[in-house]
Amino acid sequence: MAGAISSFPTAASLNQPIRATSEPWFVKAVLIGIVFAFFTLFLFLPLVVIFQEAFANGTAVFFAAFSDEYTQHSIRLTLLTAAIAVPLNTIFGLSAAWALTRFDFRGRSLLITLIDLPLWVSPVVGGLIYVLIFGAKGWFGPWLYPDADMLAHSAIARFLDAHSFHIIFAVPGIVLATTFVTFPFIARGLIPLMQEQGTKEEEAALSLGANGWQIFWRVTLPKIKWGLLYGIILCNARAMGEFGAVSVVSGHIRGQTNTMPLQIEILYNDYNSPRSAAFALASVLSVLALITLILKTFAEWRAERQLAEAAAAFDFPVKR
Amino acid sequence: MGKRFILPGFGLTLGYTLVYLTLIVLVPLSALFLKTESGGWQHFWNTITSPQVVASYKVSFGISLIAALINGVFGVIAAWVLVRYRFPGRRLLDAIVDLPFALPTAVAGIALTTLYAPNDWIGHLFAYNQPLGSFISPQTPFGAWLATQGWAKDFLGREGLRIAFSQLGIFIALTFIGMPFVVRTVQPVIQDLHLDVEEAAACLGATRLQAFTRVILPGLLPAIFTGVTLAYGRAVGEYGSVIFIAGNLPFKTQITPVLIVSKLEDYDYSGAAGLGFVMLLASFVILLLSNGFQAWDNRRRGVA
Repeated sequence: MAGAISSFPTAASLNQPIRATSEPWFVKAVLIGIVFAFFTLFLFLPLVVIFQEAFANGTAVFFAAFSDEYTQHSIRLTLLTAAIAVPLNTIFGLSAAWALTRFDFRGRSLLITLIDLPLWVSPVVGGLIYVLIFGAKGWFGPWLYPDADMLAHSAIARFLDAHSFHIIFAVPGIVLATTFVTFPFIARGLIPLMQEQGTKEEEAALSLGANGWQIFWRVTLPKIKWGLLYGIILCNARAMGEFGAVSVVSGHIRGQTNTMPLQIEILYNDYNSPRSAAFALASVLSVLALITLILKTFAEWRAERQLAEAAAAFDFPVKR
Repeated sequence: MGKRFILPGFGLTLGYTLVYLTLIVLVPLSALFLKTESGGWQHFWNTITSPQVVASYKVSFGISLIAALINGVFGVIAAWVLVRYRFPGRRLLDAIVDLPFALPTAVAGIALTTLYAPNDWIGHLFAYNQPLGSFISPQTPFGAWLATQGWAKDFLGREGLRIAFSQLGIFIALTFIGMPFVVRTVQPVIQDLHLDVEEAAACLGATRLQAFTRVILPGLLPAIFTGVTLAYGRAVGEYGSVIFIAGNLPFKTQITPVLIVSKLEDYDYSGAAGLGFVMLLASFVILLLSNGFQAWDNRRRGVA
């Protein structure tokens, strides 16, 4: 392709678009100004507010916010929830991405749409569905909240009641709702990446005698690790920050079923506690969000490189 | 077809995917349908058409639409600027676009409320005795006219413009959470535009504006529609960021998800399920619509 003739600069080969394909400087300046103003108003200022308000009463008050017993409990509960939901969704994401990108079958696009569904359902609905199933008046309500009559008849009801095992207004419901809401993240990050990378390397490994697990661990996983890492981190950030769905199933019992976002709400609405306490806790989740953004930028760069390397190895063009 | 089944693991991975999907998503969602039905269709119909509920649809679906359209305009400008121009701070802007994805909605909610509450950061600038707020003070002709308008009543407070705790606040929150969608769907399309088409337009005597409206914009439209639909879908169901800034007054600033929660608190399970069913149906339609736009975009750009 690269002959002597194409050494002439064309618009496409120049970094700077030439005049016919770019705007006058004042149009550029106005557009850039609009974008800066819009981003400042909607993105930068909210971030500034969080940290400014968190430290508004000094660092001593900031750190004092974390000595509160209920706040500490909410942090532990959030960590526990994410520690269950994220691995579950990671295994699912890998499995779904393998099935959907390595094979072509009927109903494939319907399956992708269904996997996407929790992203577009209101988080409140995400919590509601579990209340309808496990709540006092839900499907399994009679077993989980037995009356005296039931207790006499059902061994399960006696067992559950004796151990006061509940799902709604308890930790299992919070984990379930969080899993629902963060369900698609890893799968929908991996599917386009694995689709673009193709299957030639895996087929080569297969022809050299590798079995399925060997192909996955030694060929596929190294190829997708950055995309996977980003998916896990985003899923984790969303799991720790989920509010709507968890709020519906939690019951807001202090020291028992409050996650960090719910504790932020309580602190914010509590006129006895300083506003900075709510923002101190919020600032922790905001740092997590910022780390997510930094890693995303990094992972995108790495994923792009992995894709380019994969393309170069097999010498086929990649459409970006 | 046969060629696509060379690699192992089809049964295992597809089976696991289907089982997990069914347990976590499909069975719970079907509960919504069955619970709605168990309350009887008459009860369902009365629930979803009661005046307070219809008012909440107007707030949820109406303000989401305005927010999505505003995001459409500014998202396209942002995507254009981020792809085509080189200026200091570009990478920072590009990275921060995804903030509404990563920031917990409750955190966004309290931050935006603090920003726009009447006596706070930006909110206090719109008091009538402040330079910005004086434009809409009832003493000015424009302010007096505005005060007579029914739609403006909600956000004209006694002492100034009420941004938080009015429909304006809901608009701000919904714009915030919908921001990444338009930018991120339009950006790659602008990236793939061929400059030679624009050169051809210029050679044929088109001004830059004509080239944009007649050559560039038609190519971007499917992606813009996709992005706006996605932003709309996200905004319609949003809960966390809105409840802090909205005020949640019935008929004025109450969104449908808030109504679902209040029905649940009253142990009206079938009522909550009915509203949830309406919301689920709406998300499904929006999702299908965005998939349609996406397919149109892919066809247009020749991507498989």
